[in-house]
Amino acid sequence: MASNKKYWKSVEELNESSSIVETLRSNEFVEQIPVDEFLGDKENLSSSSTSRRDFLKYVGFSTAAASLAACEGPVVKSIPYVLQPEQIIPGVADYYATTIADGFDFANILIKTREGRPIKVENNNLEGARSGANARVHASVLSLYDSLRLKQPKINQKDSDWKAVTAKIKSSLQEAQAKGESVVVLTNTMASPSTDALLSSLMAKYPNVKHVVYDAVSESNALDAFQAVYGVRGLANYDFSKSDVIVSIGADFLGDWQGGGFDAGYAQGRIPKNGKMSKHIQIEANLSLAGAKADKRIPLTIANQKQALVKIYNVISGATVGTTKIDKYEADVLKAAQQLKAAGTKGVLVCGIDDVDAQMLTLAINNQIASEAFNPSNAILTRKGNAKEVNQLVSDLKAGKVHTLIMNGVNPVYTLPNAKEFVEGLKKTKLSVAFSMKEDETALVSNIAAAAPHYLESWGDVALTRGNYSIQQPTINPLFDTKQFQEVLLALTDNTSSYHDYLKSSSAGSLNGKSWNQTVHDGFATSEASALTATSADYTASAVKLAQSKSTNLDLVLYTKVGLGDGQQANNPWLQEFPDPITRVSWDNYVTISKKDAEKYKLENWNVANGGLNGSYADIKVGNTTLKNVPVIIQPGQAVGTIGLAFGYGKKEAMKAEMQVGVNAYELYANLNANQSATISKASGEHEFACVQLQKTLMGRGDIIKETTLSTFVKEYENSEVWNPTPMVSLDHKEVPATSVDLWESFDRSTGHHFNLSIDLNACTGCGACVIACHAENNVPVVGKSEVRRSRDMHWLRIDRYYSSQETFAGDVELKESASGLMDNINTLSAMEDPSENPQIAFQPVMCQHCNHAPCETVCPVAATSHSRQGQNHMAYNRCVGTRYCANNCPYKVRRFNWFLYNKNSEFDYHMNDDLGRMVLNPDVNVRSRGVMEKCSMCIQMTQKTILDAKRDGRAIKDGEFQTACSAACTSGAMIFGDVNDKESKVAKLAEDKRMYHLLEHIGTKPNVFYHVKVTNDKEKI
Amino acid sequence: MKKVGNHKSFSRIFFSLALTLSLSLVSYAQDAASADAPVADAAATAPATAGDAVKGKELFNANCAACHKLDAKSTGPALRNVAAKYDKEWLYKWIRNSGELIKSGDAQAVKVFEENNKVAMTAFPQLSNEDIDNILAYTSEVAPTVTPPGPEKQVNENGDSSGISNNIILGALALVLMMLVVMLFLVSNVLNKIAKANGIEVAQKEKSLPLWKAFVKNQFLLVVSAILFLLVSAYFAYGWFMQIGVDQGYEPIQPIHYSHRIHAGENGIDCKYCHSAARVSKHSNIPSLNVCMNCHKNISEVAESTATEEYSKAFYDGEIEKLYAAVGWDKATQSYTGKTSPVKWVRIHNLPDFVYFNHSQHVAVAGVECQTCHGPVEEMEIMSQHSPLTMGWCINCHRETNVKVEDNEYYKKMHEELSKKYGVSQLTAAQMGGLECGKCHY
Repeated sequence: MASNKKYWKSVEELNESSSIVETLRSNEFVEQIPVDEFLGDKENLSSSSTSRRDFLKYVGFSTAAASLAACEGPVVKSIPYVLQPEQIIPGVADYYATTIADGFDFANILIKTREGRPIKVENNNLEGARSGANARVHASVLSLYDSLRLKQPKINQKDSDWKAVTAKIKSSLQEAQAKGESVVVLTNTMASPSTDALLSSLMAKYPNVKHVVYDAVSESNALDAFQAVYGVRGLANYDFSKSDVIVSIGADFLGDWQGGGFDAGYAQGRIPKNGKMSKHIQIEANLSLAGAKADKRIPLTIANQKQALVKIYNVISGATVGTTKIDKYEADVLKAAQQLKAAGTKGVLVCGIDDVDAQMLTLAINNQIASEAFNPSNAILTRKGNAKEVNQLVSDLKAGKVHTLIMNGVNPVYTLPNAKEFVEGLKKTKLSVAFSMKEDETALVSNIAAAAPHYLESWGDVALTRGNYSIQQPTINPLFDTKQFQEVLLALTDNTSSYHDYLKSSSAGSLNGKSWNQTVHDGFATSEASALTATSADYTASAVKLAQSKSTNLDLVLYTKVGLGDGQQANNPWLQEFPDPITRVSWDNYVTISKKDAEKYKLENWNVANGGLNGSYADIKVGNTTLKNVPVIIQPGQAVGTIGLAFGYGKKEAMKAEMQVGVNAYELYANLNANQSATISKASGEHEFACVQLQKTLMGRGDIIKETTLSTFVKEYENSEVWNPTPMVSLDHKEVPATSVDLWESFDRSTGHHFNLSIDLNACTGCGACVIACHAENNVPVVGKSEVRRSRDMHWLRIDRYYSSQETFAGDVELKESASGLMDNINTLSAMEDPSENPQIAFQPVMCQHCNHAPCETVCPVAATSHSRQGQNHMAYNRCVGTRYCANNCPYKVRRFNWFLYNKNSEFDYHMNDDLGRMVLNPDVNVRSRGVMEKCSMCIQMTQKTILDAKRDGRAIKDGEFQTACSAACTSGAMIFGDVNDKESKVAKLAEDKRMYHLLEHIGTKPNVFYHVKVTNDKEKI
Repeated sequence: MKKVGNHKSFSRIFFSLALTLSLSLVSYAQDAASADAPVADAAATAPATAGDAVKGKELFNANCAACHKLDAKSTGPALRNVAAKYDKEWLYKWIRNSGELIKSGDAQAVKVFEENNKVAMTAFPQLSNEDIDNILAYTSEVAPTVTPPGPEKQVNENGDSSGISNNIILGALALVLMMLVVMLFLVSNVLNKIAKANGIEVAQKEKSLPLWKAFVKNQFLLVVSAILFLLVSAYFAYGWFMQIGVDQGYEPIQPIHYSHRIHAGENGIDCKYCHSAARVSKHSNIPSLNVCMNCHKNISEVAESTATEEYSKAFYDGEIEKLYAAVGWDKATQSYTGKTSPVKWVRIHNLPDFVYFNHSQHVAVAGVECQTCHGPVEEMEIMSQHSPLTMGWCINCHRETNVKVEDNEYYKKMHEELSKKYGVSQLTAAQMGGLECGKCHY
């Protein structure tokens, strides 16, 4: 049918007689192409020596020449040592025990070096070691190779040398002494006995020197309380494995609370044994890692948390301090108090409220119940900062009272809330020195930027707890012209010995009978800490003070993420790309707000067409400080009336452009207190997040995360089908267990090794150490924020986080099953997409499941992925042509595709793009190229090495020798790896456990990774 | 007559050539004889001493050569004519126990000790006076006057056994052949001329169709040969493409001419003495220079007999000098200068990054000889890549080679079970899972 509609492109076209339209119609090109100009001149054309034939010949020849030249192999040079160090054998890894102590993270660790390069952090598993390396500790090895490190000392931003630096500091000290003016040494918590000794000898020489300890993320209130009661500046130690009831008020003890490192003990008590496991009640504002693991989670504002604490104190001590009612959760809090009381010595209470009185009450309660888990004697010494002294220092600086300021390991210009005042004061000093690994905010405004070495290049000693003495030893020669703070201190005190010698002699009293060499070899020495007894304190006064606290408009709870922590490793791409375990957002910090409050302030989150998550911006105001344009995440489980914001982001100096993300929460850290009263208002614009998990709930699919209650588990233990049902499938119109159906003949795997990985959902705390360990071991590339947003993240191992839509996951399943009819189902399911206000949370680490019947293998057109007898699903990168069929056919979505070349590519300017950063690469694992599929290999390079070592020694392999990067990094014992053909092995027993299940078992993939049903403790009475 | 003239000129060339050839043979023989002469002369003019120089040489090589050379300083001083320098009785004492002599405060002994970097000399109490006399006799021999070995001389000396080198014989034969061809041509020319002169008409044959034209006309043959041509060229193209990246026979010039023939072959040094990491590591390391200096501290020059036709002694000695320069060894003071310049060897065996190969697996566990993959290294003057290092090559070996399970506790259980499964007592690497992709590619 002919249409009489007329389409037109411009108004001119409507004018029938327009000359322009006429020309346009008749001419193909609007402008005449000047063909005549170069073809018309026949004479010139014929005289040209290059004919068209010639031109084609040249093109052909040069193409052929180029492709022929490409066939020529490059000449590779090999340069052996002139004098080979005895302990270095090319191709064989050496391990050194050392201790990380960067002021925020402290742990006894092992460093794997290859050809003299540290490439990986491992846990120090010796008895007595204070290990528990978290994600940041695992990533710290990459910070060693940070290309933006300060490479030599600078005076007034000009390159200088150490002689000049030392002379300048010395003369300034002498000048200050002559004038009787004050000198301040501002350090982070070094916890180093030898450095303390050095500082006191400096103070003996220059009596006007004062030492101030400053922690960026302060525990000052807890320290003050502990000091008031026990007379030692430290923090109480807890061993959660010894308690049956754990009540935590605002303490994320599975995260960074008081330095962290409690997961191992906690996880031990959380695995049901003989029908028993510990009960964990969490009262908190932000949804933390500890809150996610709790059996009962009570979201409360800070004021209500304080009330709850007093209520518990009343119940435990019998005191009758008047409190105000916590409206919705009053009964729950009282129940928790009763349970804690009933547990007696088997109970413990921890508290994260940033308030001296709250911390005093915590000590009082634990002492009252004589908690076994509570151990003040072996106090933690890794936090010593004093907020009051720091505040005093800033006002002294402002008053011009400080002559010389020497800083080590701190970056106050970035981390102080009153940084402006600090900078102002800094300019009034005669000399300011910043010992720093980076030319950071503080180093830039100081007179001297003293290049400090990384901890892997340094000697040192650290007292992690009162009974621990750890040694830090260098694992590589200093990469740059750096000097340790301690060496300069030695020079300032006219001590000519090297710091190593000084350390060795000063350690003599702390080794507890161990030789120096043995201590360096082990990395630590332990001794029995002398008992500390509590002095009496007026706890009731504290309780009364606490009980008077009133709700403010909005409580801001500042916290640290397990990824970036206090932000000193902000230029570490592994940590930036590490998705937060709770929100699953990488490359950002954001304000977390409850759904109710979000509606109140008209703040939103939504998904856009490319799968990305977007959100509103908000301005947060604390006192007179406003933090503008903070991205908003609506966080299920966030207590109504509270918001959360993480430290560590918004850093600008000595950072690669891609890594300058987020906002600086330290600006709101008034008086170094994590609990603030704030107001929030919507700001314009929308923020693009890089969130790796968009689905929030399980939609009642109970077979992904199987979960049961302790009472069911105990009652129906023998009849595990009740709580761990085998999925049924239809075969010949009969319902049969999915495990009995098989499409393929199975290989015989009874001989040799057959690797299995066991993951206990009860023990996994979601800490993410395994994710970073996997990055380091397997050369997993970093792809950057915009690629992560496009779901092109490369993590071989991800930790899925699920919220329940109802109060519990069991409630979800019930609701889903109760729905009937199409409309009801649709409505129910779409309602279930939204998590509950206070949901139950589960973590599930998912990596390649190494299916015995792998769907990926059958679809690969080039057989690049294939199966081994040892149970590992192999991926031959050189064979892969990048069809991505395998990824599409993988039910677990664990295959990762290299959309781009991620190494030596300036578009991806992360560690693999510079020579220094590439030194962290594991030489045993291939660096993948563009267009290639990759995935978890079950660390085949590690299992093969274990096998080879045994073959060479001519011995059988013992259980525990086989490890993967993730299982070795897992301190909570959630991941156990081993050979199931060794019937005595741990993993073989775990595979027979009644709690064992496979992910998506009904598909019949028969994975070699298995999970253990999550059990929550629903018992009200212990 | 012209043609006669032709004959004459040819025969003249032939005879003069034969003459030159025979003459040159004689002159070579003479050269060889004259080269032998100086040695005999030297022996004749050696001064008569109390000892037996031949026995002395034996003793010298057994006891002294580790630290002393006749004409050059080594760990100890050069010993040529040492008997003339010191009193014989003093020498007896010194050799039997130099330490005691120094301790006793003997001025001369202390002086010698200090001159030689205070390195104590091993005591030889087992040597009798007669033995020492013999050694001294050997050291008192006059040094053979060594004429600087020019390249031509080299050829001559080595040509001794066969008289004339093969090249010359081949050259002569080629010449003779050439002359025969020329002769044939000349003869036919002459015959033609004669025929012409005699007016004989040579019957011209009727020209048939040329072969190539007949070929072009035959369509069937053309198609078949085109197909054949395409097939053959495809075969060669495939072969050519398959050798891209396969560097079998790769024999780069190295910064130091290191001869495996001398070290592994003539001297029989175990491969793993230098490439020690092969036992424990995935790499078979290129030895660090300090390993070279274990021996070369004392060996600063090669023996006369080491030199070959192609490489002279001076050449080899020069290469040792290169090592000294790299490691910073001062021969004169017998000490390290500290100035080093690491050697940039050209890597020969370049396995691609995506292949994991572990030497210790093959060397230490399987007990595979190095030569199995690297070829007759002990015969290689210049190291080259012997094997193709292709995957097919690896796989073949894994299919054919039995795993060495004896006396290895690791394999015990696995071997029992697997041999039951396959019904054989010996298992190949392939049967043990040695063909799985992920074993080498990760």
